[in-house]
Amino acid sequence: MSDTNTAVGVRDTEPLTARLRDVGFWADWAAVVGLVVLVIVFFIATPTFLTVGNVEAMLVAAAILVVLAVGQTFVIATAGIDLSVASTMTLGAVMLGWASAHGWNIAAACVLAVLASGLVGLANGLLVAKGRITDFIVTLGTLSAASGAALVISDGKPVQVPSSFLLRLASGTIGPFGYAVLVAAVVAVIAHVVFFRTRFGVHLLATGGDKESARAMGVSTDGVKIAVYTISGVLAGLAAILLVARIGAAEPAANTAFLLNSVAAVVLGGVSLFGGRGTIIGPVVGALLLTALVNGLTLLGVSQFYQPLAVGIVVVLAALLTRFQR
Amino acid sequence: MSTDTPPTTRNQADSRRGGPPSGDALLNCEDVSKSFGSVRALADVSIWAHRGEVTALVGDNGAGKSTLVRCIAGVHRPDGGRIVFDGAKTNFHSPEDARRAGMETVHQTLALVPELTVWQNLFLNRERVRRFGPVAFLDRKGMQAESRTMLSRLAVNVPSARSRVGRLSGGQRQAVAISRAAGWGSKLVIMDEPTAALGVQETAKVEELIRTLRQDGMAVLLISHNFDQVMRLSNHVWVMRAGRLVGGRRTADTSGDELVAMITGTLTA
Repeated sequence: MSDTNTAVGVRDTEPLTARLRDVGFWADWAAVVGLVVLVIVFFIATPTFLTVGNVEAMLVAAAILVVLAVGQTFVIATAGIDLSVASTMTLGAVMLGWASAHGWNIAAACVLAVLASGLVGLANGLLVAKGRITDFIVTLGTLSAASGAALVISDGKPVQVPSSFLLRLASGTIGPFGYAVLVAAVVAVIAHVVFFRTRFGVHLLATGGDKESARAMGVSTDGVKIAVYTISGVLAGLAAILLVARIGAAEPAANTAFLLNSVAAVVLGGVSLFGGRGTIIGPVVGALLLTALVNGLTLLGVSQFYQPLAVGIVVVLAALLTRFQR
Repeated sequence: MSTDTPPTTRNQADSRRGGPPSGDALLNCEDVSKSFGSVRALADVSIWAHRGEVTALVGDNGAGKSTLVRCIAGVHRPDGGRIVFDGAKTNFHSPEDARRAGMETVHQTLALVPELTVWQNLFLNRERVRRFGPVAFLDRKGMQAESRTMLSRLAVNVPSARSRVGRLSGGQRQAVAISRAAGWGSKLVIMDEPTAALGVQETAKVEELIRTLRQDGMAVLLISHNFDQVMRLSNHVWVMRAGRLVGGRRTADTSGDELVAMITGTLTA
């Protein structure tokens, strides 16, 4: 806090060369820089990496993670964490399969999936805000409860979901972009607008930055907490639809990788785990980076076993970098 | 104080308080009491504050200053007595109510969010929006421009309304918090130890801000442990001890020594 006037003034107007020497600049842009480096390295190693077909495939593969990471960003920006995103998505997928198997039409089944996931999110929010239980514990509980419920409802078996709508969602394109990619893009754009152009966005960053101050100014911090967890749940439901469309079936699988990767994408995206700071574009690029990393390693013929190792190293390095954020 | 007090006693009481409350006191607390369980935090405290004056509230730790201020600002509801603000008896259920009535508090913690920018903090929970049907977008340009006006009115030296509060110095943060309190058509600004964490130069700047508020006709209620500051800034001083009002003085008619004696109890008004 010893910044003098002049030091603050200089920082706002410093030239690009000075900024490039500032470690804080790299910390803020870790995901983008990482993605660019990764793309160059993989392109040199295996030129097929940058073919139109592979880029399209990567974007489709990243769509679900992008949707989950956006939801996770809302929560983490309020200094919370949603460990239940992946199992909430699984529950949504299983509900979709259940409804489809019971003869619901596909639109109603999709609505049910989003509703069920949204309710899990709402429960998270209420327990955190009104029950005064730590975010970590609440969502650890719902992680287990939601995946348990998914197993009970599905009886542990996958359900085929034959639907021309879901088939089109998985394979249809507008221009070079698959529908799933467009859905993820729309989610990201709306989330960005909510974050930076609405009162809710300011209030959620205020809640994450300093809850007591926000409350002293009359911000409903409980309302914000409930809202962000509900948003995360609803987006997990949307991701469930994309997931079922992609694999053509509703599976009660654990999907642990989606949980870890959603948190990893947010950390890579420069969102502070202490809350109050964050962007939407950062975690979106973070999700793309993680997908590109796995894709590139696969193209290079690296064993699948090395992929979680690589992801882990990248995330910890990114977290180290965020210590230097300004 | 009973209503059938003989005139002579009344005059003695007035002299103990540094004169009677003239009719135009902006804030008038009459026999305010507050208990927490069996603890009597405030017992029949009566003070007043005028427009265009700095009114200081002094006393040792636990004397009840903060409790009184919280009762005034709507954080606590007094058990007894009444508080008249701007000609009307108050019935605040929350600090929001007090704020709407024109009463702003600068908290000791400042209640700023370091991660947000200066303009976001100035407009926190009072953001201006433009409506487009069902959705409302922040009027960022408008709020940034208004922030510059708010800061310049008090001649606050902040690099930019768009800089993050976490990157400001302690004095600059205090100035932002004061600008926010003064910037909403408020009539009374309550400040709890505004310079406790500041260096000499920054303290001087904040004191200058407080003088500006007074010149603008605002009433300032100042809690301070710093007697020099109270003597420099205030027009009137109230002294509290153990939940009671010891007495009041016009600052011009008292001295730091007398205030210390009143606070410690060696001088009973």
